Amino acid sequence: MTTYIIRRLIQALFVLILVTLIVFFVMRLLPGDPLIIYIAQSAEVQAMPPEMLDKLRAEFGLDKPIMVQYANWMAGIFQGDFGTSIFYREKVGRLMLERFPVTVHLGLLSLIVGAGLGVLAGLSAAIRRGKWADKIITPLTYIGICIPVFWLGILMIYAFGLRLHLLPISGYTSPFDDFWLSTRQLVMPVICLALFGLAANARQMRSSMLEVIRQDYIRTAWSKGLGERKIIVKHAMKNSLIPVITLMGLGVGMIFGGSVLVEMVFAIPGVGRLMVSSIFGQDYVVVQAITFVIAVIVLLVNLAVDISYGWLDPRIRYG
Amino acid sequence: MAEKSNTITEFQEAPPRVSEWRRFRRVFLSRGVVVFGLVILVLLVLVAIFADLEWLGFPDVGLAPYDPYKIGTAKSLVQPSWEHPLGSDILGRDTLSRLIYGSRTALMVGFISVTVAGVVGISLGLIAGYFGGIANVIIMRAMDALLCFPMLLLALVVASVLGGGIWNVIIALTVATIPGYARVTCGLTLSIRENDYVLAERAMGSSDARTMLGHILPNAFPPLIVLMTMQLGGLILAEAGLSFIGIGIEPPGAAWGAMVSDGYQYLLRNPLLSFAPGLAIMLVVFAFNMVGDGLRDALDPRLRGLL
Repeated sequence: MTTYIIRRLIQALFVLILVTLIVFFVMRLLPGDPLIIYIAQSAEVQAMPPEMLDKLRAEFGLDKPIMVQYANWMAGIFQGDFGTSIFYREKVGRLMLERFPVTVHLGLLSLIVGAGLGVLAGLSAAIRRGKWADKIITPLTYIGICIPVFWLGILMIYAFGLRLHLLPISGYTSPFDDFWLSTRQLVMPVICLALFGLAANARQMRSSMLEVIRQDYIRTAWSKGLGERKIIVKHAMKNSLIPVITLMGLGVGMIFGGSVLVEMVFAIPGVGRLMVSSIFGQDYVVVQAITFVIAVIVLLVNLAVDISYGWLDPRIRYG
Repeated sequence: MAEKSNTITEFQEAPPRVSEWRRFRRVFLSRGVVVFGLVILVLLVLVAIFADLEWLGFPDVGLAPYDPYKIGTAKSLVQPSWEHPLGSDILGRDTLSRLIYGSRTALMVGFISVTVAGVVGISLGLIAGYFGGIANVIIMRAMDALLCFPMLLLALVVASVLGGGIWNVIIALTVATIPGYARVTCGLTLSIRENDYVLAERAMGSSDARTMLGHILPNAFPPLIVLMTMQLGGLILAEAGLSFIGIGIEPPGAAWGAMVSDGYQYLLRNPLLSFAPGLAIMLVVFAFNMVGDGLRDALDPRLRGLL
């Protein structure tokens, strides 16, 4: 197990380096002077006198060789310095500290709802295969994976917000300020964001459960005279959960992606909205920092998933 | 002697040969929902082709009742009526016509991205899986690194660097889908490589390229076709998401995601402005998923004899 973990860690470190290279060099693909990254407007850069450009280049370290620039950028990140936003005139690190908790609050709730309900739904569809529970759940999961999240959000706003006046249609309140309002505001966004994962988990759970139920050791458990509950929970669940856990690793990425859209629809001031507004405002330092942080989070979650995978399934560990 | 000939005549007769294509058709068309998906896709392609017949030299004939780009075809935000079944948008453009033209955008983005990403990703996966060693490490870790970026986010960043426009969205989505193909192909290649027929081919002196393209790729193809079909749905969904945010086809071009976003502001005046294009996206993605499901059942050799 230790060698397995160490091997995974080395791999992850290698991938992390590649991630930093991608984030850094994709920004250099910007057409024109790299100063645009720090000054936002290419027209401004073109209009500047050359002496001033040189001065600015020296200020941002752009006069140094590109690998030195990369190293400086990395060194800054290790000290928590992601640069300064052009639009907000604020440290990007501080901006992200304001916005990330909102997205994490929304995303974590969605992940929990999606995983919990998804596994339950898949389980009940599998053990009652062909019965009414399966006949309702399975078609719903098919729909769940193809609904555009932003459209679902608009449908819900129309029905529950504008027509029935049951829920607030937008905004975000910290649960520490007003827990009840915060929860009411989050109901629709969480449903939106959770639905895809819920449906995907349910499908995966159903098919892997159906696979496991056929196995010999389950038949043995039945013939020993164990009760259904015990067989499902103790014998079948653990093995059928393995593919679902892998899916959850991917789910974190999906949540961050979907969160951009959900935050747009429900006007939630999270990191996704910040990202979109920074893209339109050509605030590249912010775009770069957010992309980097999200990629690292996804990387770490997948590392954790891989390690737990090895722990759950010994065949992987020694493979 | 008599006994011996007896055993020969008693030898089990081979089951009647069933044409592979017939079996494929039977399994593929056996589920109603797959047929439904197929019908939707055929309709979609027809609608996209015959939205207008300008490419045949008949600019005035076509499925779209009005010019989708012409401002003031109707009054601004008219309610659904016989003349304008889905009403009109704020600029007085006919919503149904724009919906019909939106199918072109969706299909174009989907098919081009899936083809280019498929070719690049499959090649990378083949190389990584076949040669193994350092090639495998470098290619697959690079793919892992790309996979750390959520698809929509990666597409957003690429589009933000390159600028908007439909072609940049296609590039962005292509980059974002390459790793998926590479990973699946690499896994398939690793297992197919171990087969005896590959060894035999190598022993006969076949070159690496010939072995890869002539023997490994055809055997890896069925699952890849399924993946590509499902990806088409995913790509159309992602394109819709991007154009909802406002990145993608430039005005006055029609894209379903952008239509949902435009209609959002007038939800109480005419909800169809937002609902109809969203429903179109959902139906198309659903259709691609279903057809992918059907293909998987029909192409999976493990299900042979069961289905």
